[in-house]
Amino acid sequence: MTSKRKEDLRIDHKVIGEMVSEGATVLDLGCGDGDLLEYLVSNKKVRGSGVEISEEAIYNCVEKGLSVSQGDIDSGLKEYPDGLFDFVIFNQTMQQVQDPLEAIKEALRVGAKVIIGFPNFCHINARFQIFFGGHVPVTRSLPYAWYNTPNLHFLSVKDFLKFCSERGLVVEKKVFLSDRGPVRFIPNLLALNAIFQITRR
Amino acid sequence: MNAKNIDKYTKEPGLVELKYFNLPEGEMFLLESGLKLPELKIAYETYGKLNARKSNAVLICHALSGDAHAAGYYRGEKKPGWWHEMIGPGKAFDTDKYFVVCSNIIGGCKGSSGPNSLDPRTGKPYGLSFPLVTIKDMVNAQKVLIDSFGIKRLLSVCGGSMGGMQALQWAVLYPDAVASCIPIATTYKHSAQQIAFSEVGRQAIMSDPAWNGGDYYEKGHPSAGLAVARMIGHITYMSNESMEKKFGRVLKKEKLGYEFTSEFEVEGYLRYRGDSFVKRFDANSYLYITKAMDYFDLQKDDKLSKAFKEVASRFMVISFSSDWLYPSFQSKEIVKALKMNGIDVTFCEISSDYGHDAFLLEFEEETKLIKHFLNTTHRRQKGHNDK
Repeated sequence: MTSKRKEDLRIDHKVIGEMVSEGATVLDLGCGDGDLLEYLVSNKKVRGSGVEISEEAIYNCVEKGLSVSQGDIDSGLKEYPDGLFDFVIFNQTMQQVQDPLEAIKEALRVGAKVIIGFPNFCHINARFQIFFGGHVPVTRSLPYAWYNTPNLHFLSVKDFLKFCSERGLVVEKKVFLSDRGPVRFIPNLLALNAIFQITRR
Repeated sequence: MNAKNIDKYTKEPGLVELKYFNLPEGEMFLLESGLKLPELKIAYETYGKLNARKSNAVLICHALSGDAHAAGYYRGEKKPGWWHEMIGPGKAFDTDKYFVVCSNIIGGCKGSSGPNSLDPRTGKPYGLSFPLVTIKDMVNAQKVLIDSFGIKRLLSVCGGSMGGMQALQWAVLYPDAVASCIPIATTYKHSAQQIAFSEVGRQAIMSDPAWNGGDYYEKGHPSAGLAVARMIGHITYMSNESMEKKFGRVLKKEKLGYEFTSEFEVEGYLRYRGDSFVKRFDANSYLYITKAMDYFDLQKDDKLSKAFKEVASRFMVISFSSDWLYPSFQSKEIVKALKMNGIDVTFCEISSDYGHDAFLLEFEEETKLIKHFLNTTHRRQKGHNDK
């Protein structure tokens, strides 16, 4: 079972697993079926909890033995006291909240470190599609059409770095991914996904 | 076992019988009000086996009109207990693994000490001389029973509606004795609206001349009043959707009769529910229990999160989307206050059209949640014990 799970493991889960310290307290915002949390619980012995809007996903999380709370991320974060968690994770969910600025602020209030994974809007394929195709880009990390995307906000690696420097947030770790693995060269052009670990100054 | 495969007609846990626990003669039971009850009798049922470590016990707390008969069948009866679909081998409360206890509340009328039980001092039913009780008193009576089994820590306390109030009260009052808590379709305090519905029910009973100041056991019971109280209750247990689906504007006869008989299906249904209730429930008990619910307030003047400061249980809070008697927002307040204390909590709002009654009907969803939650609690408890 474990070996199968390792094979199936999404590379972003592995990257996040390397960022999270052993035995940490973790809050996963928009945890879906709980695959990432389950991975962190079994591999990093974290004490994890999640927030998730879908009732069906809650059942799947509970079946995995996870503690999850049904609700949306925007209001859900307000329910935790300061500094309760070592890590607060938005994996592919930050771009879907109503108010990312407030959500990140709140995440940094309830957690010491915040891990954010998001699709890079300025990947080379997306740029080509806009420039030559003249249409809204559809890429591996942004697979939706304009009418059915859950994403409310679109940003690039560069945008996020600028955001952090303007807000005085410290980028402690950053990992860029394409579908072939880590990207070390011009990530804003070649990364499909980016995962940042940030903290307050 | 997959929740979808629950056999609703399984006879398991099979034949059960009501048992009784009595405080030793001469011992008084102290109530929250400061008054003392000269005796304490608790009617209860158990399902499954208590393990050697006494670490697999689950307490089920019943709602207003419930009783200790939560599952299985009495000899010669065709109707199982009120949560039969949830309790038994392979079910949510798996009796192959857990020792499940359900007892009738103090103030009830199904075998435990209450206004219709005999006052040992007079040999007659207490009537209104029975002291008013609270949710805390119900929990303290259950604690006496649980102690009598030698159980130090319950694996879980679970209940819906007023049963949920008891579950919450357990976790607050006896933090070391509760490993996990499952409050369903409930609240941490009765709101003005909830008190208002209680009061209308009580007034219906008390304005029935047969009620006679609560002294009616040797004469006729105030059945008309109790039936109306139950009809009001039933309206609050259903949702607009479920009533539309079940009755709509369907007439009992072909056309309107232009007379004051019960012409609509929904009227007939409520009357039937009212009439069948009076055959199995005591009117005074209805007064006492609704009063206990109205008194329930974990928050008091403080912040609710303060009430949960000492709590050491993990929680699973469940609400239902169409429940307007104990609406989801009250459950969410509980969840928020628990989170503020860093308590391990899972919350799910089950989408259902059944209104408040959903906690007695949505077995599949409840099973999916409770079964795994108990599994996890049980596994962690084992790890805890092995250390």
